This record gives sequence, structure tokens and C-alpha cells, in this order.
Amino acid sequence: MGRASNGFRDKKVIAALLEKIADRQRLLPARSRIMEICGTHTMTIHRHGLKGLLEAAGVEMVSGPGCPVCITPNEVHEAALRLVTERENLVLATFGDMTRVPTRRGSLQTAVPARGSAVKIVYSPEESLALARRSRDTEVVFFGVGFETTIPSIAYMAKAALVEGVTNYSILSALWVIPPPLKAILDSGEVRISGFLYPGHVSAIIGSAPYEFVARDYGYPGVIAGFEPGDILLGILSILDQIREGKPRVANEYTRVVRPDGNPVARALMAEVLEPKDACWRGLGVIPASGLKLRKEYAAFDAELKYGLRIEPRATDLPGCRCGDVLRGVIGPPECPLFGRKCAPDSPYGPCMVSFEGACLVHHKYGAPRP
Amino acid sequence: MCLGIPSKVIEVDEAFKTGKIDYLGTKIKTNFALLDNIKIGDWVIVHAGFAISRLDEADALETLDMLREMADKG
Amino acid sequence: MTRISLELGGGGKSMRDFIAGKILPAFKNRELAGLLDASHLPGKIAFTTDSYVVDPIFFPGGDIGKLAVNGTVNDLVVSGAVPRFLSLGLILEEGLDAGDLDKILHSLAAAAARAGVRIVTGDTKVVKQGQGDKIYINTSGIGRVIAVPRPRSVRPGDKIILTGTLGEHSLAILTARGDFGIEAPVRSDCAPLTFLLPFWRKGVLWMRDITRGGLATILTELAVEAPHPLLIEEERIPLSKAVRAAADLLGIDPLYLACEGRAVMVVPAKKAASVLAGIRKHPLGRKAAVIGQVEGTMGRPGELLLRTAAGGFRLLEPLTSELLPRIC
Repeated sequence: MGRASNGFRDKKVIAALLEKIADRQRLLPARSRIMEICGTHTMTIHRHGLKGLLEAAGVEMVSGPGCPVCITPNEVHEAALRLVTERENLVLATFGDMTRVPTRRGSLQTAVPARGSAVKIVYSPEESLALARRSRDTEVVFFGVGFETTIPSIAYMAKAALVEGVTNYSILSALWVIPPPLKAILDSGEVRISGFLYPGHVSAIIGSAPYEFVARDYGYPGVIAGFEPGDILLGILSILDQIREGKPRVANEYTRVVRPDGNPVARALMAEVLEPKDACWRGLGVIPASGLKLRKEYAAFDAELKYGLRIEPRATDLPGCRCGDVLRGVIGPPECPLFGRKCAPDSPYGPCMVSFEGACLVHHKYGAPRP
Repeated sequence: MCLGIPSKVIEVDEAFKTGKIDYLGTKIKTNFALLDNIKIGDWVIVHAGFAISRLDEADALETLDMLREMADKG
Repeated sequence: MTRISLELGGGGKSMRDFIAGKILPAFKNRELAGLLDASHLPGKIAFTTDSYVVDPIFFPGGDIGKLAVNGTVNDLVVSGAVPRFLSLGLILEEGLDAGDLDKILHSLAAAAARAGVRIVTGDTKVVKQGQGDKIYINTSGIGRVIAVPRPRSVRPGDKIILTGTLGEHSLAILTARGDFGIEAPVRSDCAPLTFLLPFWRKGVLWMRDITRGGLATILTELAVEAPHPLLIEEERIPLSKAVRAAADLLGIDPLYLACEGRAVMVVPAKKAASVLAGIRKHPLGRKAAVIGQVEGTMGRPGELLLRTAAGGFRLLEPLTSELLPRIC
């Protein structure tokens, strides 16, 4: 089956799909601008050189707020930094790209930890609990950031820690829910978009219902798409068809993974451990019920409470940083005055230039060369 | 980070809902708590060490056939 | 900066800046300013040094001893010199298992014999438990210069040849660490590149071994010096199944994974076919391939381009910080 996925990357398949896209696009009155929400979509599109190929076919891709690392406010990153640099015998476990986000006090990667403390990069949140079980005299904090794809696994860790009675473990979380910012972007009327590419794996958890309001109340087409080049191009074809037919809906290209009802077991676990909160999104400000936090029963595992961290997030970036506008799709990375100058991959000024999926890093790393 | 890999279940510990998946011959520890009735031989999507969804093999092959047809015609 | 942070040893830009800004200014001389892997000294002598702090010290396909010989030998080979002699500095942590030390010494000796070098001088220190992680090794190497790399002489059409598959050393280390509970059927590619020496006389213009930072980072170093852009093709890059799988599973890019026995070189177009055939005759070069060329019609000088499997293009940048610590 692993070999089978090559079919989604086959050059002939991609060429055929691009041709169909160009044909459909020619029948439309204006160039299509499609917003991809998921950072992994942004990365895949750039990595396979699809952005340039799609532009040639008349379709422009706009990046939305789909990078959880990018939308997490400075103040949360700084709280993590303070934990590992000011407290002894504390291990801060987190995913790789979290360690490179620049704050006013530097990044986790350049921080010098307090005595006996360390930053540990993990692939799975499970490793963080395993660490806590192994070293009982070390405090382990899992710095967990993510959308609905990752949230169930973080919820699982809190529940496991509670059930096992692991006391030297807590979670510093920045958990984001996808549908609310879509409404915020649509209500702002700032971005001219023709349709949405919905995140395939977030949808594997939440299903297709949460996006219905976009088609029903705002009239925008959309499609749930997978992450192979073939998936993305098939998804874009579906959007163009919806535009031509004048029938916006929530289509599903990724039927081999996404069921209409998503993953009920994962959602039940999320509801059991977490509850909604009004969250402050970098660049978008406070959006009602757009985040999740640990319920009262799990207070012992909430690092914010455990360590008395007073995090007052603000939507604004470091002075001059335009990450907020990039995240809302108002400007593209090259239109930020700092792009490639003051803000570049080896000296990132804002989070969009740091995360493996940040629009600016992706654009810089994979930007199409001039022939 | 929505990276999710289609892989095959090769080991399941029912009690703890953990096990291993095989992807192109490389094996990695995986947690199956988010899915019900996982059996050896099932295909799943794995994200950050957790299986988050099943992969419908028949559906996948159907989509691939459709794409192949499209490529051959064009 | 008041205290040294871990990432200064990471092999990325912060390390380079650190060396250029903090270390080099303390010793101003022409040889150091060249910042080559090995310095060429009067009398056609090449001189290099490297320290090894790999964790764990034993891994599938090798150990710190094998690494310590091959790493230094390879720096000499790619700078155009025949490796002749090594020094050996050992820093041992109190409590290191004597049996483990025996194994490492044996590996050092075996690797030296295989590479045709003699370990002619050395030093041993023991530090208290907790003040050094089992064993650290430094080897300095001396070689006889037979060629001088000429990165500025590359011309459009010159071929870029890679001697084998990428990333197996990195993956072997990951597997040995038990990180991520990953089990991959892989062995480190740690090996001497001495079999490439004859090709300096067959037209090779430039050669580098692919260590920290991976193929992309190493080639961007050439791109910066070469008068023309470079283009490599994603589909032509040899990758083992295990590295492909790990890359997908963990989301890491094989173009940035370290090796310890692979080289990339530039050869004039006319000589490329015979050089490739010659490399492939050797067991360590069976998977060698032409992966790209010096470009004449697209891109700008200083750029390293990749043509993706999907047919698009992207610019490759050097790694800004190492993905995995203490890999060599």
C-alpha cells in the first residue's frame, strides 16, 4: 500500500490534473484564489512545486491560519521559555519546530536551561509521559500545541497521567479549533477568496459537519483534501466545479480517510478532558470558543495552574512583524517588508518564518526560482 | 503539523491499546486508543505516534485507479 | 552571549557565525581563513582535526572508534590528500566499561588498517564520573596533497555525482537511541572514502563528504563559491527504503540528513560517465548516480535548485540548525 501512494505523486497524473484545472479555470470569469487552512497543505503545495504550476493554470493559493505554532501568541512561548530557564530539574518536552520560535527572550533552542533542566524534542506526546515515569524527581512539562489532529493525543496524556497517578507531569497547552477562525476571516471581509481547501486530518477527527456553515451561510465552496499532490489537485478541481455549478458545499476528496462523522472516539475523549475557551489568536485576536483548555478535574496537570504562570496573551506581534496579516491571508509572505531581510530562516523575526509549516518559511525554503 | 502516514498494524496489545505499525519495513510504536477494534492487518493513519483514523484500502485503490485512468487518457 | 548554548555545536548557521565571530578572530592567519575541512600547508601536506562525541557510542554498522578514523580520513580525501597518519586523543569517563573500551580500540585499529593510515601518536585522559559522557575522541590527520579542489572552475554542464544513498548514519543513530520507538532495518554508512582518491586525477573538480547538514547544506556551500547555479533532481537521488520510510514517518527531509561515508562531487561533462563507472565498480559506490549538474540556463549564481518529483522547482537553503544532536 505504501507503494500505491506513489500513484498520488505520479508525474503523468499530476500533469493530467493540472491540465483539467487549467481547462476548468478558463471557463471562469476571474482567477481563482483558494485558501488552504492547514500548514501541512501549505508545505506540500510548495514542496512539490505545485504553487508555481497552479499559478500557471490560473489558480492562486492563499495561506490561512493553519500553522498552530504561528498562531500561538508570544506570551505562551515566553512562558515555556521561563519554565525551563528559571526552574531547576524541569524537562520541557515539545515538538521540534516549537523550539525555534523567536520571542523577546530568544527561542527554546538558544535558551540555556537552569541547573538540571533541559528541552527535549519528542515525536509523540507519549514520550513526555514516559520521561516522567522514568525520572520521578524531575518535573516534566509537555508543551503541546496543535489543532484537532493533535488535540486528542494531548487529551489522552492528561487522562493517562490522572489514571496512573503520575504527579511529576503537566501540560502547557495551546490548543486551537479550526472552524471558528474561518468565520472570523469570512466576517472580516478582508480577503478575496473563491473557496477553501479544508485540512484532511483535522477533518478525520471532526468530520465534515463543522464546515457546513461556510457553504450554507456564506456561499463559499470547499473541499476536504488529503496531502498527496494528487489529493490537492483533485480537491482544487472539485472547488472549480462547485464555482461553475454555483452550488457551494463541503465536498470530500479524502474519502479513504475521512468519514462524514469523523472520529467519535477521539471527540469523546476531547470532550471528557477539555472544555472550550475564548482563545487569543496571533493576528486574529480573541475568537469565542476557538480554543480548548483542561477541565477542572485535570487541574493538577495544567502547567499554567501548577506553576502559577500568568499568561496574558495579546494578538500583536513584535514591532514591525506582519505575521498576523500573513496568517489572515491579507498579504503573502513576499509582501511583508521584513521577508528575506530582517526575517529569514536563520534569523526568524516572527513565527511564520520558524514553523516547518509557517507560510513564510515555506515560501522562503521552497520559493520558485526565476528561470 | 498534520503529517499523517498510512501504515499497517503489526502488533496490538489489547489491554493497553498500544502496538506497532509497519511503514515500508520500518516499525514504530503507536497508540491505538483513539480507534475501536484495531486488529493486526488493519491500515491506519498515524500522527505523532497515535493512530487517528482508519484507511479504507478499497477506497484508496479506487481513487488510484481513477487517477491512473485520467493520466492514461490525457 | 554570556553562556554557550547547545545549538552552537549543531552544524548550522549559528555554529558558523560562532566560529567566524568568536573563534577565528582569536587566530588570524591565511590557512584558517580558508575554512576548509583540511588545511594545505607548505610541502604538500594536508592537516585536519575532528572531535567525536557521538551518542550512543555503539550503533548498527559501527561505533565511535570507526567514526573517529573515517571522519578524519574523509576530510583529507575530499580536500585532495592521501591520508597517511592520525593522532588519537582519548578522554575517558571514570566508570567506562573496560570491555567497551577494548571494542572501540579494536574498531579504531581495524578502521585505520582499512583506510591505509597509521595512528602514530596519542594521548589519554580520564575524567571523573559525570564530567564526560563515557568516551570522547579527537583525531587529527596528516595527508599528502595530490590535488587542489577548484570550485571556481565549474562550468555549465558539469555533472554532480553522489556516491550512494543518503541518511543511513543518521537513521542508525536514531534507531540506536531508541528515539520514537523506531525500529528500522538500517546500518550506519560509516566508511572510508579513500576509494575516491584516484578520481582526483580523472577530472574531479570538487568533492565533499556529506556530514552534518546533509547533501543540501554541503551543496549550498559549493553554490556560494561557484560562478554558476547548481541544479539537482529529486528523482535521481538514491534513497534506501528505510530512510524513505523514516523521513515520511518523522517528517524529516533526507536532503538534510548526515552521512559518514558518502561524497558528492563535480566532474566535467566529458569525464562524468567514466568517473561514474569507476565509482560503481567499488562496493561502496554501487548506488552512485549523477544527480544533477551545474546550470547554465536557469537560476542565478549562488543558488542551489531542486527539480521536484512533481516537476516543479524549489530553492534549497542550508540547514539552520541540526535536526539531531550529537550525531558524530
